[in-house]
Amino acid sequence: MSALPEHQFDDIEQQYDAAYSGMWIFLSTEVLFFGGVFFAYVIYRSTYYDAFAEGSRELSVFLGGLNTGVLLCSSLFMALAVHAAQRGRNKQLIRYLIITELIGALFLGIKFLEYYKHYKEHLIPGLNFSYPGENASQMQLFMVFYFILTGMHAVHMLVGLGVLSALAILAYRGKFSSHYYNPVDIGGLYWHFVDIVWVFIFPLLYLVKRTGG
Amino acid sequence: MSEHIVPPKTYLSVWAALLVLLGATVGFAYLPLGPIHVVAALTIAFAKAVLIALFFMHVKYKNRLVLVFVCAGLFWLAIMFALSLGDYLTRSWLPRPTVWISVPDSRRGF
Amino acid sequence: MTTTVEHENYLTTKLGWKSWFFTRDHKRIALLFLLTVTFFFFVGGTFATLIRLELMTPQADLFTSETYNKLFSMHGIIMVWFFLIPSIPTVFGNFLVPMMIGARDLAFPRLNLLSWYLLVLGGVFELYAILSGGIDTGWTFYTPYSSQFANTHVVAALIGIFVSGFSSILTGLNFITTIHKLRAPGMTWSRLPLFVWSIYATSVILVLATPVLAITLTLVGIERLTGVGIFDPNLGGDPLLFQHLFWFYSHPAVYIMILPGMGVVSELVTTHARRRIFGYEFMAGSIIAIAVIGFLVWGHHMFVAGQSPYASMIFSILSFAVAIPSAIKVFNWTATLYKGSISFTAPMLYALGFVGLFTVGGLTGLFLATIAIDVHVTDTYFVIAHFHYIMVGGMVMAYMGAMHNWWPKISGHLYDEGWAQFSALTIFVGFNLTFFPQFVLGYLGMPRRYHAYPPEFQVLNVMSTAGASILAVGYVVPLFYLIWSLWYGKLAPENPWQATGLEWQTPSPPPTDNFEESPIVTEEAYAYERAA
Repeated sequence: MSALPEHQFDDIEQQYDAAYSGMWIFLSTEVLFFGGVFFAYVIYRSTYYDAFAEGSRELSVFLGGLNTGVLLCSSLFMALAVHAAQRGRNKQLIRYLIITELIGALFLGIKFLEYYKHYKEHLIPGLNFSYPGENASQMQLFMVFYFILTGMHAVHMLVGLGVLSALAILAYRGKFSSHYYNPVDIGGLYWHFVDIVWVFIFPLLYLVKRTGG
Repeated sequence: MSEHIVPPKTYLSVWAALLVLLGATVGFAYLPLGPIHVVAALTIAFAKAVLIALFFMHVKYKNRLVLVFVCAGLFWLAIMFALSLGDYLTRSWLPRPTVWISVPDSRRGF
Repeated sequence: MTTTVEHENYLTTKLGWKSWFFTRDHKRIALLFLLTVTFFFFVGGTFATLIRLELMTPQADLFTSETYNKLFSMHGIIMVWFFLIPSIPTVFGNFLVPMMIGARDLAFPRLNLLSWYLLVLGGVFELYAILSGGIDTGWTFYTPYSSQFANTHVVAALIGIFVSGFSSILTGLNFITTIHKLRAPGMTWSRLPLFVWSIYATSVILVLATPVLAITLTLVGIERLTGVGIFDPNLGGDPLLFQHLFWFYSHPAVYIMILPGMGVVSELVTTHARRRIFGYEFMAGSIIAIAVIGFLVWGHHMFVAGQSPYASMIFSILSFAVAIPSAIKVFNWTATLYKGSISFTAPMLYALGFVGLFTVGGLTGLFLATIAIDVHVTDTYFVIAHFHYIMVGGMVMAYMGAMHNWWPKISGHLYDEGWAQFSALTIFVGFNLTFFPQFVLGYLGMPRRYHAYPPEFQVLNVMSTAGASILAVGYVVPLFYLIWSLWYGKLAPENPWQATGLEWQTPSPPPTDNFEESPIVTEEAYAYERAA
């Protein structure tokens, strides 16, 4: 880390402000990135509602719901980690960062389990997709969007895990204090955002027409 | 730093609220609500997102400029949705070639 | 008389390749970008040369259809993503924005350097795609051809553009944060030079539009790799969905390309006519209006693609609306020149060229926005002429104008004005001879992307190719006298044009930190009457 504040900033407040704003600008780009896929999904879902409903029923609400809960817990610990940083409690910060990571890894583990199930059930487009019925190709389209959305989300989670690991290492090396903890804060912003994306993915993919009503 | 420090209790309350909303999301999915489902699901999802943004991401304690950055992405996404849906929803307003009408619904697509 | 700069400056503080490839100085990074975009300009120009050579004769005699498809595709891809979009923001934006607002650097210097590396990496992927056989989908990558049938290295090309898109996003993010947070005391929004306003608006577009391109290209890549039918009508997909997503980015992209040019022109016109800009608030407001309305018009690229006519009508009206702020700017530049003390320096010549040629391009845009006319001239040379008037007659001239205006500041040397004026005039003549005939050709019905055409179109095509050869001379000559000036050019004073603006209150070239102390701003921008 270079001398604080960095030479282009007048003081540490300005540096923090800039970092926080900059991260939110980046998150806006992510909104549009995921938003583009959501848009395509919305178009196809309304055109092929029945086929997409069938596709959605192939997903496990239990696993999806569980995973949503898991991510919400990870967000809690991330927020607590930032709090620890603000209070200058380094050991607590490291602990909470690691807990967040472990919960995040749990999410990915459950996701992997789901993917494995889909593999066994021949639902992976372009690989081994086979489905009975005349709606097969539209069902495949649903699975395509499922894999794109959850896959891209998973990639973002992996990046997030990398960021958290880096933060934990830096914290261990004593780089943060109650005076300077920008990276923890903006790393937290990224993590919470990835959580928010999943909060939308879950109902849109897993809960299409779960009842006859 | 003059940064507002949010007490952990607030985080725990928000977390509890989020879990309740998660339960509502799943619960509502199994109620016979018909077309309202999507609206309900998205509304609850938005509520969760707002809670996470305001409290976990500290947006509640920031200045207005941050709020602009937060909302900008969504607003622009809304533009994409609105004007593109304008195309998709109005395509059927004009008569279509008769040969297409004989195609079954599931294959008719656009 | 010495021609070596004597004071220590950003070029001489540290030496050696590491000090350049690991630099955080926005000015050095600007030069790294300059080398990269110049390289790609000439790569794209080479493809243009080959295209114009083929089009000298009505028959398809130089290239096969497949090869010709690759030529225009690669010309478009390289010029759009590796020259036009980065050019002014990454070269002049990077160099000047911190100086113009009185800051020591951008908010995120390391992200700035990363931005350059990403552009280079993207370029490497693109060059790989070119060298391994090229791509033939058109720069627009329309599906289902690009997603299903094209036999060329589409995925490599898509990755190159995807990576360069990240470069754009980081650049935009950096500028937005910098302009919000790092302005010197007294530099209020209403005192910002219009160039900074234009970079700000461009950055907003960069940040909001580019991600949509990223996801669109990703979807095409996925369809190519898995054959799943996202855009394949046979499997229930909608090719028009691709177009909505693609043009949602690509129309604002053209404003990414032109807004910085407009910002430059405001600087050139005020400096070289020694006049305050006419209607500063309207100029700034128009910049923002163009950026915002520019997001609402993308469907005008899809009038004949199968889009609902009702949606087309909305897009048509909105496209008319976006012309209004552009027109306001043209009127205000003209009003600024009126009764100004005009020097016909090279930058002024380029600015004048911009105003005239952009006007022609913009007006023909209105013809295209009119659905009834567009039905006839879409996909013809009329469209090509329209956007080249704006991009080449507008943007590239602004770029050249910026190059000459700030060359003394950037290099510490003065260029030879005589040669510069010669180049500017050569470019102007060559440009018009190249592209005006194309309006006529398009109106007469010559389709775009064809390398064979009816013999009655040959005269106009030959004129166009002749013009292109003159244009090429105009672009190559500056390379010589600008590079020559680095060794033999007269030393530049702090403020060779006696211009207002914080960047002119530093030595030429500036020191690494730009200012000894943070300047305090008390005047509006372009305070010429008082300075004189």
